[in-house]
Amino acid sequence: MHSVMQQPFKTAVLILVWGWLLFLVFVPNLLVVGASVMTRDPATFLSLPLNLDAYRQLFDPLYLEVFLHSLYMAAMTTLVCLLIGYPFAWALSKVGKQRQLVLIFLLIVPFWTNSLVRTYALKLILATNGLLNSALMSIGLIDEPLQLLYTEGAVIIGLVYLLLPFMILPLYSVFEDLRQELLLASHDLGAGRLSTFIHVIVPLTLPGVLAGVMLVLLPAMGLFFVPDILGGSRNLLVGNVIKNQFLDARNWPFGAAASIVLTVTMAFLMFAHRLSKRRLGEEGGS
Amino acid sequence: MKQTLLSLSNLSKQFSGKTVLDGLDLEILDGEFITLLGPSGCGKTTLLRLMAGFEHPDKGSITLAGQDLTHTTPENRPLNTVFQHYALFPHMSVFDNVAYGLKMEKRPKGEIRQRVEDVLAMVQLQDFAQRKPHQLSGGQQQRVAIARAVVKRPRLLLLDEPLSALDFKLRRTMQVELKRLQRELGITFVFVTHDQEEALSMSDRVVVLKDGLVQQLGTPREVYERPANLFTARFVGETNFFPGTVDSVHDGSITVDVFGLKRTLRRPDFPVREGQKLHVLLRPEDIRVLDPADEHGVAGKIVERNYKGSTLDSVIHLTDGTEVLASEFFDEDDPAFDYRLGEPVKVSWVDGWEWLLPEEVAPEQSEEEFPADA
Repeated sequence: MHSVMQQPFKTAVLILVWGWLLFLVFVPNLLVVGASVMTRDPATFLSLPLNLDAYRQLFDPLYLEVFLHSLYMAAMTTLVCLLIGYPFAWALSKVGKQRQLVLIFLLIVPFWTNSLVRTYALKLILATNGLLNSALMSIGLIDEPLQLLYTEGAVIIGLVYLLLPFMILPLYSVFEDLRQELLLASHDLGAGRLSTFIHVIVPLTLPGVLAGVMLVLLPAMGLFFVPDILGGSRNLLVGNVIKNQFLDARNWPFGAAASIVLTVTMAFLMFAHRLSKRRLGEEGGS
Repeated sequence: MKQTLLSLSNLSKQFSGKTVLDGLDLEILDGEFITLLGPSGCGKTTLLRLMAGFEHPDKGSITLAGQDLTHTTPENRPLNTVFQHYALFPHMSVFDNVAYGLKMEKRPKGEIRQRVEDVLAMVQLQDFAQRKPHQLSGGQQQRVAIARAVVKRPRLLLLDEPLSALDFKLRRTMQVELKRLQRELGITFVFVTHDQEEALSMSDRVVVLKDGLVQQLGTPREVYERPANLFTARFVGETNFFPGTVDSVHDGSITVDVFGLKRTLRRPDFPVREGQKLHVLLRPEDIRVLDPADEHGVAGKIVERNYKGSTLDSVIHLTDGTEVLASEFFDEDDPAFDYRLGEPVKVSWVDGWEWLLPEEVAPEQSEEEFPADA
């Protein structure tokens, strides 16, 4: 009786979800895969015959260099986020509940402003006559302005600024779940602080690290407007390449192929994340 | 005579201004099974954490076999803890959990393997070495936690309510198993519980704690049969408190007026004088329910009867309203045994089975404040 009454609603929800996934996720992705194996055509964007030229083009030394440089900047961004985010999340989990709420709120507040706007704000700070240079000169640390803007460093600063919360939040969640009793048990069994960190804290927070890396590394390769605003012409991300292929170079197959490589990388990382979580057991303890 | 292994002297601990332990002294003997028993908030867990080194005392000292441990970190104390929720490392197999302490000691690989296998065999988990903790039942996790602590061959094992998360039947099994382990290993066990039955059945000695002070230290029998004060009497087991007035004092005995009944009782250790009020304590199993025609005893009527298999428990209301709990062994041959509800009876007890306590000046906690013993 009960389930029969609920049946129409259940069916409607399922249709909505599956319809959404089918038409807004699966079909568009299929179109991208399709585009990536077609031939470039300046007039109609895409034409036959089917081929793998776009993928081959990815290994072109010129693009390979852009990809590697992009990967390097994204990796640096991830590393910096991890180095700041890990101790931050740890400390966050240790303060009182009330203060925790305030700090998390402060962490989330920047999301209320468009990231493009915030990147422009960063540009004002880093510019030759910007806030940072003026401040450094006025306290006499430097005599002439530093070239901060349009450097690799500026891009990484911008990316770290935008992506740090995505590193902190999953890490905070694993630190919250980390039971103090386990650390006490480790000490009780003769482990010092360093041993406890290596053998207990790191393995138990690894799923959070992987989640954070996933949430930072991949977007860091795609946030094309950050190099556009802060990086100048030499510090491109994969995102810039993809954007340029679609909007400027009109090479859709190549842009699509690059997108797919990014997506597959992301899927691979998600898979690794799941594996690491399963290793800890479904419930992660007693 | 057993020697003192761990000696706690004048231990005090405050948490944000609240005194949890107040100048506590305790000597733990080598090889004994000693239980810290008390309601929640009595300081038993804090005491255990001080012994383990997770907290440091504000005052006082902790000495283990002559070695001062007061400021030693947990990793450098020759004692181990079995945690309430086991605290097994979820990312390690059973084997790695048990081997952890030995790896920290940097023991050779072969020795680690041998010792871990031995201790797993002892807790009957040799076939589970490669499992992860979440693949084990509660009782098995409990045994891993014990194995992990004893594999280091500590002088002293601290157990923080280790059975509280288990269901009733498993708990019974583990109680027996813990006793067996303790006998086999010869390690001193310091066991924390709020379950008085568990404390009585397992311990060599019981420490009854309240508000950070030792109320009584003695064998389970002493604590149950000769409670040092009203708190212990109330906390350990069920007790009937009858108000008594000393009628006359003799050499080895005193005559006490209880509900108008004059009974000659053994003279207690504390000083008594004529006219003094005191408590006559009687465990439910000391109470005898008699026929209303009997000339001894106090009149009352049965208001509740609970058949418990081996015993028959009754609640009797005396004429003045006092509630009396009685627990009698079942005797099918006694035709007068089975009283009906509402039936008038008389209540008495076997001479010499009572225990006398003086009136206490301090206001008493009501029994409702104690946590229910699950």
